[in-house]
Amino acid sequence: MSVERHAVGLGSDALVTQEGTGTHERPSTLSLRKDEDRLAKHRARRHFEQAAVAWVLRAAALLSILTTIGIVAVLVSQSIGFFQEEVCVLNEGEPIKPCEPGVNGTMTHVGIVDFLTGTNWSPLFKPYRDLGRSFGVLPLVAGTFVVAAVAGIVSLTLGIGAAIFLSEYAPEGVRRVIKPILEVLAGIPTVVYGYFALLTIGPVLKAVIGDDHIGTFSALSAGLVMGIMIMPMVTTLSEDAMISVPRSLRDAAYALGATRFEVATKVVVPAALSGIVSSFILAVSRAVGETMIVYLAAGGRPNLTFNPLEAVQAMTAFIVNVALGDTPHGEIEYYTIFVVGLLLFLITLVMNIMGRWVVQRFRQQYE
Amino acid sequence: MALQTQSNKRKTYRRARDNVFAGVFLSSVVVGVLVLAWLLIEVFVDSFGWLDWQFLSSYSSRHPVEAGVLAPIAGTFWVIILTAVMTVPVGIATAVYLEEFAPSNRVTRLIQLNISNLAGVPSVVYGLLGLAIFVQYLFDGQRSLLAGALTLSLLVMPIVIIASQEAIRAVPPSYRDAAYAMGATRWQVVKMVVLPQAIPSMMSGIILAMSRAIGETAPILVVSSLVFITYVPTSPTDRFTVLPLQIVTWVSQPQDDFRHIAAAAIVILLVMLLTMNAAAIYIRAKFQRRAEY
Repeated sequence: MSVERHAVGLGSDALVTQEGTGTHERPSTLSLRKDEDRLAKHRARRHFEQAAVAWVLRAAALLSILTTIGIVAVLVSQSIGFFQEEVCVLNEGEPIKPCEPGVNGTMTHVGIVDFLTGTNWSPLFKPYRDLGRSFGVLPLVAGTFVVAAVAGIVSLTLGIGAAIFLSEYAPEGVRRVIKPILEVLAGIPTVVYGYFALLTIGPVLKAVIGDDHIGTFSALSAGLVMGIMIMPMVTTLSEDAMISVPRSLRDAAYALGATRFEVATKVVVPAALSGIVSSFILAVSRAVGETMIVYLAAGGRPNLTFNPLEAVQAMTAFIVNVALGDTPHGEIEYYTIFVVGLLLFLITLVMNIMGRWVVQRFRQQYE
Repeated sequence: MALQTQSNKRKTYRRARDNVFAGVFLSSVVVGVLVLAWLLIEVFVDSFGWLDWQFLSSYSSRHPVEAGVLAPIAGTFWVIILTAVMTVPVGIATAVYLEEFAPSNRVTRLIQLNISNLAGVPSVVYGLLGLAIFVQYLFDGQRSLLAGALTLSLLVMPIVIIASQEAIRAVPPSYRDAAYAMGATRWQVVKMVVLPQAIPSMMSGIILAMSRAIGETAPILVVSSLVFITYVPTSPTDRFTVLPLQIVTWVSQPQDDFRHIAAAAIVILLVMLLTMNAAAIYIRAKFQRRAEY
């Protein structure tokens, strides 16, 4: 048994030498043949084991491809369901009233163009089931981007400032304290930020801006808190880009008498620009896909506006809102969350690809 | 003379500007740190006096004073254990395949690109995937622990894979070469050389991925929906709730007292995350010491 283990352990042909330890007699031809057989068997088993393991591992790797296929298949198939369903849609200019085909509305499919360019999103769930519906997704898209814009501005200003400080100003000791704190900031669950946005920042904004201008729910409170949440991401990615700018470039600028500020803004930031832009795109993509802050703090009513002081409903918040109701499987309300999900998936996918592309395309190569 | 004064002035201005902006850049860090402190203080102050044994050992209730987090804590443990059991073997296997077995060709690059794209998919989309495939298709409309854990498993899989890949890459190639030189097969090298070396650092990455799973709310919200649960789940097919879901429920209530129990539940969630992060850091530190040796 120990011989076997030894052989496997070394993966060697040392099997023969171990046979008959202690005695000095030469192994007979027969026993050599036997050993060779065992060795061949052992090799075959090892080979088989290797092949089997390779297949198992390949299957595991395939699962990640299957996940993507699953996501796309689910979103696309349910979206097709959405566009096939016939609903009563109010005629142009009719007031919002119960929709009756032939009276003030018509039974039609929701067209893809109507969906993408429509400015009224009222899929109308219970108890308004019989009212006219409208499936223009723009209010949700606008809501998402108003919040993401606020978050983007906050995270870009704070994130790049912090990145410049960490890479150009901070001594090593300070860096070692600040980086873990930023990691904590990034590790706090989004639901906690939602709590903070709704119960702390919301009331503060109300007190500062005034009750007449801002309500309990607003894109501003959600966006500000989301900006803080994604700031560590911008900081880390931008700082990585800045740190990889070669020392010699900085030294050259310092030798000409530049101050730290001039080195940072005229040498380091331009050289690291692709990384900074990419970090910003990835951060905004993250903001677009974020759910709990907008669900809790931005509001629950679709609203086509670009005013951050108003309450808006983001795409993700809409999905969660419907998923929480008891929407029966197979109705058009059920399909709406998948079609909005597909749009969300595509927007974030394009942004993520863009973020990576910017880095690859515009990266400065230094020797 | 005039020229020199001008140049001096300019120098003073540039120096002043440098110092001012040092303050500006520093202040962006300070803002981040202060907001973190503000958030934590807010949570702790809100929860003060509400976090007691009664809170830990009771089920949810319509009366905040009687409400507790027993069901969500049990649900969180269930979900995280199920998720880990499903994610870890597959995640490590994928990482091993990509790092040690896969030929460097277009398919491998595609898998790698696909994994980094999956890491950027919004979590609520995973919820939709789970709702359609696990809840509707696999379990015939039954919302269960298993469906939730499967969904989270797909969500954190890319993180586990990427962390494991980094751990494997950190094993010095010379170790592998030594084993290959002795005639070991690829699998033997992985089993006896690479994995034993990489596992501590993998563990720390996996714990961090699991702590991400604990805090995830949106996908669980879509897959499980909000339910009023007054029991501890006993099987993977039971319905369940987790801490973030309970927090959402309480935060959405208008009465002021719910705000306090939401804060108390947040404290528990943060303590859980802190424990896991500390464990990850401890494992990493211990491993690093050994590697130096």
